[in-house]
Amino acid sequence: MIAFLIKRLFHALLVMFVISLIAFAIQDNLGDPVQQLVGQSVPESERDALRDELGLNDPFITQYLRFAGNALHFDFGYSYVFNQPTTEVILRHLPATLELVAATTVLIILLSVPIGVYSAIKPRAWLSRFFMGVSIIGISIPVFLTAIVLIQLFAIGVSWTPFPTDTGWGQWLNDLVSTNGGMPAYGRGDPVHVLGTWYTNFASIKGLSYLILPAVSLASIMLPLFIRLIRAEMLEVLQSDYIKFARAKGLSPQRIYFLHALKNTMLPVITVGGVQIGTLVAYTILTETVFQWPGVGLMFLNAIERSDIPLIVTYLVIVGLIFTITNTLVDLIYGLVNPTVKLTGKPA
Amino acid sequence: MALLDVNHLDVRFALRRGDVQALRDVCFSLDKGERLGIVGESGAGKSVAAFSLLNLIAKPGYIANGSHIVFDGEELVGLSDRALRRIRGHRMSMIFQDPMMTLNPVLSIGEQMIECLKAHRRISKREARKVALEKLQLAQIPAPEARLDQYPHELSGGMRQRVIIAIALLLDPDIIIADEPTTALDVTIQAEVMALLLDLCEKQDVGLILITHDLGVVSQVTERMLVMYAGRVIEQGPTREIINNPLHPYTQGLIQALPQMATPGSRLNQIPGSMPSLDKLPSGCAFHPRCPFATLDDGRPRPGCRDQVPPLTGADARQVSCHMVAENKPVQADQSAPAKEAH
Amino acid sequence: MSSATSSPPSIRERLNDSWLWYSFKRDPVAQLSLLVFIFMVAAAFLAPWISPADPYDLAQIDIMASELPPFWVDGSEPDYLLGTDSQGRDMLSTILYGTRVSLIIGFGAVALQAALGVCFGLLAGYKGGKIDAFLMRLADIQLSFSTLMVAIIVGALFKAVFGGVTYNTYAVPLLVLIIGLAEWPQYARTVRASVLAERGKEYVDAARVMGLSSVRIMFRHILPNTLSPIFVISTVQVANAIISEAALSFLGLGMPETQPSLGSLIKSGFDYLQSGSWWITLVPGLVLVILVLVINLLGDWLRDVLNPRLYKG
Repeated sequence: MIAFLIKRLFHALLVMFVISLIAFAIQDNLGDPVQQLVGQSVPESERDALRDELGLNDPFITQYLRFAGNALHFDFGYSYVFNQPTTEVILRHLPATLELVAATTVLIILLSVPIGVYSAIKPRAWLSRFFMGVSIIGISIPVFLTAIVLIQLFAIGVSWTPFPTDTGWGQWLNDLVSTNGGMPAYGRGDPVHVLGTWYTNFASIKGLSYLILPAVSLASIMLPLFIRLIRAEMLEVLQSDYIKFARAKGLSPQRIYFLHALKNTMLPVITVGGVQIGTLVAYTILTETVFQWPGVGLMFLNAIERSDIPLIVTYLVIVGLIFTITNTLVDLIYGLVNPTVKLTGKPA
Repeated sequence: MALLDVNHLDVRFALRRGDVQALRDVCFSLDKGERLGIVGESGAGKSVAAFSLLNLIAKPGYIANGSHIVFDGEELVGLSDRALRRIRGHRMSMIFQDPMMTLNPVLSIGEQMIECLKAHRRISKREARKVALEKLQLAQIPAPEARLDQYPHELSGGMRQRVIIAIALLLDPDIIIADEPTTALDVTIQAEVMALLLDLCEKQDVGLILITHDLGVVSQVTERMLVMYAGRVIEQGPTREIINNPLHPYTQGLIQALPQMATPGSRLNQIPGSMPSLDKLPSGCAFHPRCPFATLDDGRPRPGCRDQVPPLTGADARQVSCHMVAENKPVQADQSAPAKEAH
Repeated sequence: MSSATSSPPSIRERLNDSWLWYSFKRDPVAQLSLLVFIFMVAAAFLAPWISPADPYDLAQIDIMASELPPFWVDGSEPDYLLGTDSQGRDMLSTILYGTRVSLIIGFGAVALQAALGVCFGLLAGYKGGKIDAFLMRLADIQLSFSTLMVAIIVGALFKAVFGGVTYNTYAVPLLVLIIGLAEWPQYARTVRASVLAERGKEYVDAARVMGLSSVRIMFRHILPNTLSPIFVISTVQVANAIISEAALSFLGLGMPETQPSLGSLIKSGFDYLQSGSWWITLVPGLVLVILVLVINLLGDWLRDVLNPRLYKG
């Protein structure tokens, strides 16, 4: 266990070191704190003095060590745009993103496991074929387009009149294919204050209604991936000898499918799930942009548009940190679930 | 009445290009405590026969109408899955070929034993553990208590196969179906595991259906045997008689191909050619393209071999399906072993 | 099995080809997908000759004819089959030109990532040791960030370094570079996996014994045997690259509106969704989805037919 932990921690530290190097390189080459501090009007000589004072003319290593030292205290300087410490800005935007990701994750887990398992157990059933068909279409629709379609359908509303409007049934069918709209699609509404910078959408029905469209959009792109993955893994597991042996033991199908097969299926799914966290964060940027969801993704995009280098750098480091922590956690969970990974170091 | 009676067993695989028959008209029976060997090359249908007894053949495969598997007076063909589950692992259990793949890697040995007991008996977890422990001891597994909490990957192949034997014995079954139980093991361990299986079956009075390609093992362990070729039984009878006096040219070939039959230094006797695949069976006797007797001495084809499937003939105890045997006497007739007239 | 590995690759490929053709004839979905794909590629690359207007030519734009709906909606005009956008550009023409831009970037990016990925994958698989460890660790890190995330970050940095105007001028090669750099690990891992499988085989040993250089062994002997997985992921990667480009453009990190791709058309139309002009964003969106869908369907079919062992994850 200890050896495994140390190895994983070392790996994580290495990744963070690389990320900090990249972040520093960006900061060093693109961000000019002098410009930010004094503006255009100050003469060059005065700027140079200031540079010396700030240590900007120090050797690369010294500057990097200073950057890394500050980074360890979560001090990345001030955002150009907000004129606040960048970490504070991020902390203010983080709850919105985390809540969106949480809602999406719940949707993905609740839907992908049963659908994936079902279509593996009954691969020829029409419902399975339907799920597979929908999932390949789902993979082909970019997340921002799903979001736009959802806004058109449920926020703006669509009134179609393909059926005659002068008859009762025609009107009824027209109503059926049309949508009302009216779902909230921009921003978070009025989230309830919990503590610190944390305002939540989970505390009220109204708050949740703001969360629905963004979470469904974000889930729509990840769901097909997980359904297909779970199905493929489960199909492979169901071919194995130990499943045949479990059948020969006279176990119930429930126990065979949901214990013997599912446990083996979920092992690779956990690993891939860990990798997909990165994809999820990338997609939050797109989703938040469409829905003007005030999370870190939207903040990052605005920072790019305004060349707010310190904020960009902080975002990179913090997102990198989140990736590294979740990946390490996923590896640990995998090790705990899978007995063939020797976490304990007990001799075989 | 035998404990297990298999009659006209037909197993087919429904493939897109049409059905492929994996088993044709397979008949045999097994008495209580009897040990039966099923012998043949890979692809002859031995494993399919084993799996079809408990209707465990994988999806496109199915047991065709007209087949009968009667176990202890109950017809198993057409029985619901729920009813079959009562028999699987309880009254008939199985041992698979590769012990490395047979146990679920993510469940402990104990879990995999206890779940089997709980599936068939109302039993507390504690009692189930006690029974499991008992059976592990029976299978001569050292430190059985510790094994219960271990995972399959922590055991060696031979040890795993012992665990699987213990699982097969958990509910004191009437029959154990063992599909090449030692093929995947190290040569040194094969004999040990086989001896254990034989010993346990004898002591507990359990019937054994042993599927193997190893004639040596069959001759040591079983009382009666079937020889299968391309989905059919081509010869059956008491093991000793068949080994000493094989009637079918294929069986003769198999026995001559045994290393101990060859004179030292000479080449092994091999049957020329290989078994046809099931969807491209030759006409008539499936063995005729490889059979040295399908052509007469003067070069003409022997009548029947190429166009008629030879029926299994002979008394119940000793049957063979070969035109030549039917038309005259055995080829290398050893008159000391005449077919027994039992019935 | 054994005959496939022991016979020379040319025969195996020919066998594959005929099997490919056989299963293609029996798969209506694959046929339809290929047909639609060829139609879209042809229409896109013939855009300068077949499109009703030149969207890049400001003189042809009639601002008075802005936000006209497509032909099946009331208020449409026959001159503009798919309506017009907010600046009065003919939607059909912008979509044709936009598809061309998306396809160029998609294929370009895949060519680049394939070149990078194949070289790194061959190197890592054949040389092993430290080079292998370094390249695969790099691939791991990049993949754990997700390729889209890496593309967004690299895009943001390029934009910050070059400034908006330069970035827009060289948007096509820059996007090819960004997406190529972001997605090479997929190729590298797949190629490495097949190289590891091939490396131990006799023909490689034979080539080594004959004294051939490792570069020659890698490209002339090993590479041809890894072609089918490369082929399969290439289709999927083209679809991915087109989606990545669209995503970058939608975020304002891709093609400028003056030289739009499908993604930037969707982005520019999105602002007019609330005013009821849904077609400006949804029609190019539909074209994008169909394009990506047919490529994915072809990729699925290829994977089922060639059934290579792809790197999972």
